[in-house]
Amino acid sequence: MTPEQIEIQLVACAVAAACAMPGVFLILRKMAMMSDAISHAILPGIVLAFFAVGELHSPWLIAGAAVAGLATVVLVESISSTRLVKEDAAIGLVFPVLFSVGVLLIAKFAGDIHLDTDAVLTGELAFAPFDRLTIGGVDFGPKSLVTMLTIGFVNAVFIATFYKELKLATFDAGMAASLGFAPVVLHYVLMALVSITAVGAFDAVGSILVVAFMIGPPACGYLLTDRLSTMMLISVGFGLLSAISGYWVAHALDASIAGCMASAVGVLFLVTVAVAPGRGLLSVVRRQSRQRWAFAEKMLAIHLKQHEGLPEEARENRAAHLQEHLRWEAEFARSVVRRAVEDGFVEDDAGFLHLTKAGRVLASETVVDA
Amino acid sequence: MSDAGFAVDVRDVTVAYREKPVLWDIDLEVAPGVLMAVVGPNGAGKTTLIKAILGLIKPAAGEVLIHGRPYSQQRHRVAYVPQRGSVDWDFPTNVLDVVTMGLYGKLGWVRRPTKQHKAVALEALRKVNMEAFASRQISQLSGGQQQRVFLARALVQEADVYFMDEPFQGVDAVTERSIIELLRALRAEGKTVVVVHHDLQTVPEYFDSVLLLNVRRIASGPVEDVFTEENLRVTYGGRVGFVKFVRQQSGVDNA
Amino acid sequence: MLELLFTDYTIRTVALGAAILGCVSGALGTFAVLREQSLLGDAVSHAALPGIVLAYMLTSSKASIVLMLGAGVFGALATGLVLSVTSQTRIKFDTALGIALSVFFGFGLVLLTFMQKRPDANQAGLETFLFGQAAALVSSDVITMAVIGLCAMIVTAFFWKEFKIASFDPDFGKTLGLRMNFVQGVLMVLFVLAIVIGLEAVGVVLMSALLIGPAAAARQWTDRLSLMFVLAAIIGAASGVTGALISSTGSALPTGPIIVLCAGVFVAISLLFAPRRGLTWRWLREWRNGHRLRMEAVLLDLYALASQHERPDYPHEAAVLDLMAHPITGSARSLTALEDRGLVARVGETQWSLTQAGVARVDAIVADRFEGGAMHGGKSVAIRHDT
Repeated sequence: MTPEQIEIQLVACAVAAACAMPGVFLILRKMAMMSDAISHAILPGIVLAFFAVGELHSPWLIAGAAVAGLATVVLVESISSTRLVKEDAAIGLVFPVLFSVGVLLIAKFAGDIHLDTDAVLTGELAFAPFDRLTIGGVDFGPKSLVTMLTIGFVNAVFIATFYKELKLATFDAGMAASLGFAPVVLHYVLMALVSITAVGAFDAVGSILVVAFMIGPPACGYLLTDRLSTMMLISVGFGLLSAISGYWVAHALDASIAGCMASAVGVLFLVTVAVAPGRGLLSVVRRQSRQRWAFAEKMLAIHLKQHEGLPEEARENRAAHLQEHLRWEAEFARSVVRRAVEDGFVEDDAGFLHLTKAGRVLASETVVDA
Repeated sequence: MSDAGFAVDVRDVTVAYREKPVLWDIDLEVAPGVLMAVVGPNGAGKTTLIKAILGLIKPAAGEVLIHGRPYSQQRHRVAYVPQRGSVDWDFPTNVLDVVTMGLYGKLGWVRRPTKQHKAVALEALRKVNMEAFASRQISQLSGGQQQRVFLARALVQEADVYFMDEPFQGVDAVTERSIIELLRALRAEGKTVVVVHHDLQTVPEYFDSVLLLNVRRIASGPVEDVFTEENLRVTYGGRVGFVKFVRQQSGVDNA
Repeated sequence: MLELLFTDYTIRTVALGAAILGCVSGALGTFAVLREQSLLGDAVSHAALPGIVLAYMLTSSKASIVLMLGAGVFGALATGLVLSVTSQTRIKFDTALGIALSVFFGFGLVLLTFMQKRPDANQAGLETFLFGQAAALVSSDVITMAVIGLCAMIVTAFFWKEFKIASFDPDFGKTLGLRMNFVQGVLMVLFVLAIVIGLEAVGVVLMSALLIGPAAAARQWTDRLSLMFVLAAIIGAASGVTGALISSTGSALPTGPIIVLCAGVFVAISLLFAPRRGLTWRWLREWRNGHRLRMEAVLLDLYALASQHERPDYPHEAAVLDLMAHPITGSARSLTALEDRGLVARVGETQWSLTQAGVARVDAIVADRFEGGAMHGGKSVAIRHDT
């Protein structure tokens, strides 16, 4: 690996980690699409700040972007609070309009500088190592690496400091408010972090990869665990994994780095959806086929128990009758009865079915479960 | 046992979400011309039962007969009043238009409602005292008015069996009176009405028969036989004090 | 610029094309907005990128119909994935949308890098796909769009009442025996079609605005679905034409952002000024209400003061009323307005008293607020709280 390759991967990893942390809270708060909205809508803030200071790597650009990001949140919330349009429509309107303003400002007044509309979306990760931060002749590495490490550090410190407050505000905003944790303030601080992360990252990787890194890895974590802290670790881990694997795929194919990383996020997500223990599609299918029989045995037990000792028992509790009443195929009904007899839940008295003690327990357990 | 005599005949219906049973092996027979309440605690599966009967949820087992034949053949004889909160009341349409929707089934594909259809809808609005609101946008209605619009929409279907999901939820006293009068008028015409109901106190006053439901059928039949303290205790779990209170309030113990 | 519309063939084609695109997308967006699928539109349009690129790579054709086919297939694929992931796992709708849009778009970028490496340099720039380029429309494209758009409109007219009930109350429609799954399927096809048609004008990034904007604006002007549909079509067409003309007459600005800004302006105007629903009307109503309430409060204050004396028309100092009134607005304006209505009268320089009509009005207000004046003792105290 050349030093440039290492540095590109380091930048990508810094972006992935910095995005994953606020991303976890975004998806838990059902605000995933705000990452899309904010990462687009910061553009006019960046452009206007650039016009004001005339320099592309000024911290003022980050400030401008943060303001634009918060403005997006406020605008979306105030439009949907009029109840004239729904919240999803408000999001879908606000960010394209703000993004359009940014694109037009660039096209009109800044056509010849580095602010390029394509790059806004796709980023130019390959150039990251060439723009270096040197102070007093000392090389501190690529500027975007320094920026993203700083932003990631800020995110980590904020989340670590306010971990329990964030957790509570996400789970139950009303309770957080009653305990004096100011969920509204936390909400806006979180949105500011999303904005700052988006702007720091967009120069390096583009706004689309910001969305992918913010939502994809946390979504995988959400499928893999129920613990918030574990979900946070998984998200950061999966973010790093997709950044590195995406880079090498791009290297092998000589294709867009940001595109390959986003695709890697997609592949990781699909794999997680398929194989996640307990919640993935495969385990759902496996569990369903295993439980199909258990479920049928329970249904049989309950059916028998409900009619036990009642006048209609002789009619309802016959093997031949199940086919009609539980809408079972004859073959299936026979198999269920055979399994239930084997498992000791039912006794077959020449077609007339009795529950055993265990069968009665099974039936009442199931109903209490429900 | 002759099944043809029942307006609604639910046989061994079981509904499960994923592996979790929501309704277990429900049997229910409702005679024609009966006003029946379906009561039970939250999560008892009341709405699920109605939706399963109407084929909106696929049951894991069981079948539903309406006047002796499968529901799919008898759809035109059944009307449905969903929960008020199930639709977006800011939808761009007016009261008459919503009521006319009740006729879409009869109209069939592509055909548009005509003047006669609008007249039928207006007549139904008159029955619920809402004809003055015919051209009103639906977002400008109060909760009780919205409920009456939904009732009118079911009335135009001219069905024999009505299923209503919480029609008394969050309505004013005037609407509650007019709904119950409407239900009695339907019963007088020999129609069958099954109502998901929340307010235990009014059950003996409003209804002839009751289904006590908590995932299983606890009991069903005439209110005076079935609406007992014992059955309510089984339905609502251990909340005996609550059950006693309700029965005192509703005057069943004195009767 | 407008002269060019009539004299310049290319510009006329472009304007007509953009009008059709905006019209179809805007109109069909109506159902997307009502069914709360606005953000699904954003995901589908982003997901169309790989489809467009792949279609172009496979056929080397830039004909609208080919690119639309590719976009449609990938848009439908993304929709299917989003819907099945949300129904089969615990992943929420918004999360699935975010993943679909970024991953599909990222995959599109990968394909684009391949396309740009190919020797036949007859390729559209990335920007065309991203931000739309109505200027690239030729008359065969316009004809294709017109035909597809017309078909979509005919289908909509055909299934109008089914679409209406599928958007308003699909469960009820099902109990009527209408095949709601089929109707919703048709709606979904039209939804993808609306996006695919609009892409050529505004590009994948901004498409959701052309889908949502015209419908959201139209909704404010009417309470009827049919009128909303027509208005959305008109607003979409107007945005499309304006954007196409500005960008293709020498400004070299990308088409999409201008169209989106036009649609945004329509939305802003509608939200602010549409009769009845618009915010200005709401503010005006609230201001009038506030003014009326403040007037009544002053009237009631005067009555409360007077009731401590024998005569209801006993005069009182304006300064006392000011003290009792709202701390910011005071009582001066309300008093003048009340005087105009003959409810109070000026006594000397600084004093005011109730007139006969004023006393009658107080009785009416009290009766109105307390339903027949059920309150007696402590009337004025209760009124103060209420106001």
